[in-house]
Amino acid sequence: MATLTEAPPPLTPTAPEKKPPRRRGRFTPYWLLLPGILWLLVFFALPMIYQASTSVQTGSLEEGYKVTWHLATYWDALSEYWPQFLRSILYAGAATVLCLVLGYPLAYLIAFRAGRWRNLIMILVIAPFFTSFLIRTLAWKTILADSGPVVSALNTLHVLDVTNWLGWTAGDRVLATPLAVVCGLTYNFLPFMILPLYTSLERIDGRLHEAAGDLYAKPVTTFRKVTFPLSMPGVVSGTLLTFIPAAGDYVNADLLGSTDTRMVGNVIQTQFLRILDYPTAAALSFILMAAILFMVTLYIRRSGTEDLV
Amino acid sequence: MTNKNTDSSGDVRLSGISKTYDNGFTAVQPLDLTVPQGSFFALLGASGCGKTTTLRMIAGLEEPTTGTVHLGDQEVTRLPPYKRPVNTVFQSYALFPHLDIFENVAFGLRRRGIKSVKKQVEDMLELVQLGEQARKKPHQLSGGQQQRVAVARALINTPKVLLLDEPLGALDLKLRRQMQLELKRIQTEVGITFVHVTHDQEEAMTMADTVAVMNAGRVEQLGSPTDLYENPNTTFVANFLGTSNLIEAEVDSRSGGEIVLKAGGGKLVLPEARYAGPTTTGGKVLVGVRPEKISLTHADEAGEIPEGRNRITGTIADSSFIGVSTQYVIDSPVCPEFEVYAQNIDRDDRLVPGAEVVLHWNPAHTFGLDADQDIDAGIQEEATV
Repeated sequence: MATLTEAPPPLTPTAPEKKPPRRRGRFTPYWLLLPGILWLLVFFALPMIYQASTSVQTGSLEEGYKVTWHLATYWDALSEYWPQFLRSILYAGAATVLCLVLGYPLAYLIAFRAGRWRNLIMILVIAPFFTSFLIRTLAWKTILADSGPVVSALNTLHVLDVTNWLGWTAGDRVLATPLAVVCGLTYNFLPFMILPLYTSLERIDGRLHEAAGDLYAKPVTTFRKVTFPLSMPGVVSGTLLTFIPAAGDYVNADLLGSTDTRMVGNVIQTQFLRILDYPTAAALSFILMAAILFMVTLYIRRSGTEDLV
Repeated sequence: MTNKNTDSSGDVRLSGISKTYDNGFTAVQPLDLTVPQGSFFALLGASGCGKTTTLRMIAGLEEPTTGTVHLGDQEVTRLPPYKRPVNTVFQSYALFPHLDIFENVAFGLRRRGIKSVKKQVEDMLELVQLGEQARKKPHQLSGGQQQRVAVARALINTPKVLLLDEPLGALDLKLRRQMQLELKRIQTEVGITFVHVTHDQEEAMTMADTVAVMNAGRVEQLGSPTDLYENPNTTFVANFLGTSNLIEAEVDSRSGGEIVLKAGGGKLVLPEARYAGPTTTGGKVLVGVRPEKISLTHADEAGEIPEGRNRITGTIADSSFIGVSTQYVIDSPVCPEFEVYAQNIDRDDRLVPGAEVVLHWNPAHTFGLDADQDIDAGIQEEATV
């Protein structure tokens, strides 16, 4: 902290500066940084440059691709696939909100109420990671199967009537609908929400709750004015860790959705691996990245947690 | 703000209050305590003696196992903290890190739905001399400043009772002395009942009008600082508040309001008024005297000591010069480590370790304690503080 009382640096050199003794290992920090820098260079910077150059190439698979600075690819990609972009953001947004709504109470419970059960619940939260992402997603195919107990329960309770009306489901099915994709995304990214939330909740000094109560705050007010604001770093990092990968995800849409629920990740995958239109795929990737960066920046600014994160 | 008044709306009355935790540990034994309106009351004791638990039961942060808590005429035993007209200055302050100083202080007012808080908060920050810091965050302030914010945050609500839980524990010695006077000044200015929990006997004595010495979940003795210091009722109080020299003695005879006791080879006189225990001849009594009440005379001049003083002989085992006084440890047949604090007025150069001396004091300064107690109670605790 700078204070006004700090003495200004002396203006005139008082004594001839002594040569500092040569410190051995001055470069050690840089040597230690080297592996990380190399890693970033090889696995991040180079692929990015390669992708960027791919996105402005033209040509075909038979004739080969050349850099022609054909920026129209971006415009074409955006105008053709904007519905998938929009859908990605909507689904990822819905999944993020669901994760927050489901994850916050659980994180709160683990942090403040679980007592000796804390570690067990934490393990249960992380346990799904011991299984492959694909298998977990496939399991949801069974959970949401047309004749399964979940769907028939939802049917009996007339929940499906509501979701049909909202356009989240169609007919008597949940599979192959937006709801199924959002469910899959929520399930798969929930731990990424819970863990940062837990970390920031757990750091809150319990005496602050007592102090708030002592200063006439009811428990609800204590939560609103003290606990929640102090957990904002967790909320922000949790939502980012959920939203960013969810927006680029294609596995859930692929396994649980239909052609009507294709997200931009599915488009990129198809362009790269099936149609083999590399420039379009690369352009789509960059648009997605730019869009996410833009939204995230806006979000962090708005939430005003720069100094908290 | 009101000045000190005589109504009883700020009285704290604890009746038969006790706390036993789920694990069976009894932190507070059933205890009755009345803190009068407008007083500065200190709960003094070593850590784990139940003083903080008592405070938390008044605040509503801990539910008593038995007994009731009254504030004035209102029973608050089952009221949650946010419904009690009581505020707490927490140990290590518990300031809200995400709010600036102004909002920290305004917190209580806002929760009670008061809209225009600006004037009040500014006045309060002025009172604790933090007007300039209103827009800073707690972590930007020094320990002493944070401490004052914590006081301001609690005081602004003009509670009936202000509870202070070791509020100065985190400060260094010099700042602590300064804040003690500051708190005392604020208390006199606002006239609110202060209940102050501390393990520092000097702090309790300088600040409080009334001190309750707690030990093992019980109040050992309650009284004004002078009263506690001069007339301790138990060995714990005698040793915990300052230092006492305790001598095991035997009742020899009684006459004219005085008890004559045998200790070692000599006789000691104890005023009857300063001993509450039984005085049958041959009965054991612990005789106590504070180190600063004692005079030291070199054995060569023993004849010059006036008649009628209690006297004991011994050898100086250790002496340490600390400016205003010299502290001697005397090895005496009746008490192995007799402490004497002598003012440095006319220093006798012969009073060095190894010298034979006579200790003598006015019998009126002698107090008596029941000999059925642990003579060392309360010593260890103080040493660890």
